[in-house]
Amino acid sequence: MSQAVNPAAMVTRAEVEDFLFHEADLLDNWRLDDWLGLLTDDASYYVPPNDKPDGDHRFTLFTVADDIVRLRERVIRLNDPNCHAEYPPSHTRRLITNVRITGSEGDLILVSANFAIFRHRRNEAAPRQFVGRYRYKLRQTSAGLKIHERRAILDAEELGAMGAVSFLL
Amino acid sequence: MTDRRSGNGHGNGQIDGHGNGRLVVEDLENMTFQVHRKVFVAPDVLEREQRSIFDKCWVYVGHASEVRNPGDFRTRSVAGRPVIFCRDRQGQVRALFNVCRHRGALVCREREGNARQFMCIYHGWSYNTDGSIKGIPGDDAYPPGFDKRGKGLVPVPRLAHYKDFYFANLDPDAVDLETYLAGAKDYIDLVVDQSPSGRMEIISGTQEYDIKANWKLLVENSVDDYHLVTTHSTWLNYMRNSGVNVTPAKGHMLPTKGFGKDLGNGHLTTDNPNYRGRPVARWISVYGEEAKADIDAIRKELVGRLGEARAARVADTNRNLCVFPSLVINDGSSVTVRHFHPVGPDLMRVTAWALGPVEETEAQRARRLHAFLTFYGPGGFATPDDVAALELAQQGYAAWREVPWTDLSRGMGKSQEQLATDEGHLRVFWRKWSELVEPRP
Repeated sequence: MSQAVNPAAMVTRAEVEDFLFHEADLLDNWRLDDWLGLLTDDASYYVPPNDKPDGDHRFTLFTVADDIVRLRERVIRLNDPNCHAEYPPSHTRRLITNVRITGSEGDLILVSANFAIFRHRRNEAAPRQFVGRYRYKLRQTSAGLKIHERRAILDAEELGAMGAVSFLL
Repeated sequence: MTDRRSGNGHGNGQIDGHGNGRLVVEDLENMTFQVHRKVFVAPDVLEREQRSIFDKCWVYVGHASEVRNPGDFRTRSVAGRPVIFCRDRQGQVRALFNVCRHRGALVCREREGNARQFMCIYHGWSYNTDGSIKGIPGDDAYPPGFDKRGKGLVPVPRLAHYKDFYFANLDPDAVDLETYLAGAKDYIDLVVDQSPSGRMEIISGTQEYDIKANWKLLVENSVDDYHLVTTHSTWLNYMRNSGVNVTPAKGHMLPTKGFGKDLGNGHLTTDNPNYRGRPVARWISVYGEEAKADIDAIRKELVGRLGEARAARVADTNRNLCVFPSLVINDGSSVTVRHFHPVGPDLMRVTAWALGPVEETEAQRARRLHAFLTFYGPGGFATPDDVAALELAQQGYAAWREVPWTDLSRGMGKSQEQLATDEGHLRVFWRKWSELVEPRP
């Protein structure tokens, strides 16, 4: 990083954790328009396929690979009662742990975290469990931390009983 | 709409009164076509399907591009059996039961890879990639005359491919694959013709997920255009917001007038003039202005190679093809190969891939994958809602005894061709299903 300011050194882990916990709270409460406010204007969101967790979405079929345009459309969809897969909306609970600042990339702060998301669906007694790791690229802006990229990587080798990734992972 | 002779069943699990005990009832006089919902819930029906459909029909195994090099393998489930789909060291594609001849353990545990041999971890029996036995530890303990060389991995009884799509058949006496595929071949050709060299490939990344519904519901859903407007209104909104014209054509439910077709032998397809864009080769605004010239170039290559008429057939139509019983190739927003198998009467396992021409540039491949995710897959803008609809149907079948009949009569009174929003092509599947599962004496 030589002489340039290292953005990762300008933020504490506690600040990053607070940010991720806030994001989780917005998502669990389906405050999706507010959640969009956490994103940069060039943000992207990826869920790699279970069998190629380190794949590149340009060459590999992902489960989700949204640029900001499609991400905004995804939120429009999720807010629509005709998004049948999420109506009534699932009840989700995200446990976010092992948050670490792992480095930087230009002006971006690289962050990793683990997640366990319990998704309760209408009429299903047992929750569907989504377990994995996040890889974030955050940017410090005048309005605070923003998400430039978020990647939710599932541990399971197959999506299997998780079924669809119809909510924001 | 139709005159139903037996409305609400008899509440005792019998299929009496209507259909004389048959599960698929086509009444040409009254122009109704009904399927008894027992077929979605009963374990004994699933058992009959296993024996008379999955053990008798050509079932999809994989694509040649997935085992490109000698030693490449994929472990697959074929009609519920564990199978190694591989290319042996001599270059021949094989499908071998993934079962040790000694005590029956799986000999290959990885999803995919490249192997010199397959070795059972239990007692160390090892096999060459062509299935032949390689080594039996301590083989001097076997009696004289023990047929060691005959202890290779058992190949599936029949393995054949059509244009690199490999199918297996557990019935040694089955008709050959091309005869079986009948008119479905023409529709596979339309997919393959997208590649200048006629070589398509499965793109890395597998979507493997369960649906809590009977497998036959996904056959119906994959080719049923009647549901599009209601089930997928949020996808239509997304397209509309992106500048794609999705206004229904005059007098139709969909933007274009498409058809449902009988391809023989239980195979069926939709055949629709495109409106939703095609990576080969119809531009829509979702692709971005910068993609226009590239799509034009793809189109030009297509016309040069195939002529105007055939190029238009390939590039301007969307086709959802179902190869009986459970392979679906959707050539729509992108190409998806989707295969599924029942785990139980109310649960299926789906495996889906993206397919593309081997010649695609990086930009073209990225566009194809982006287009795929606008609609398809467990994170797409449409498939999760299909899953929701199928699971709701399955939940409704808890009352199958009281509300026993599923109606598939749309389009029956028409003298002209069946539309994709009719159910004529769905009836093709069910007639074949009935022929195999409840044969007439």
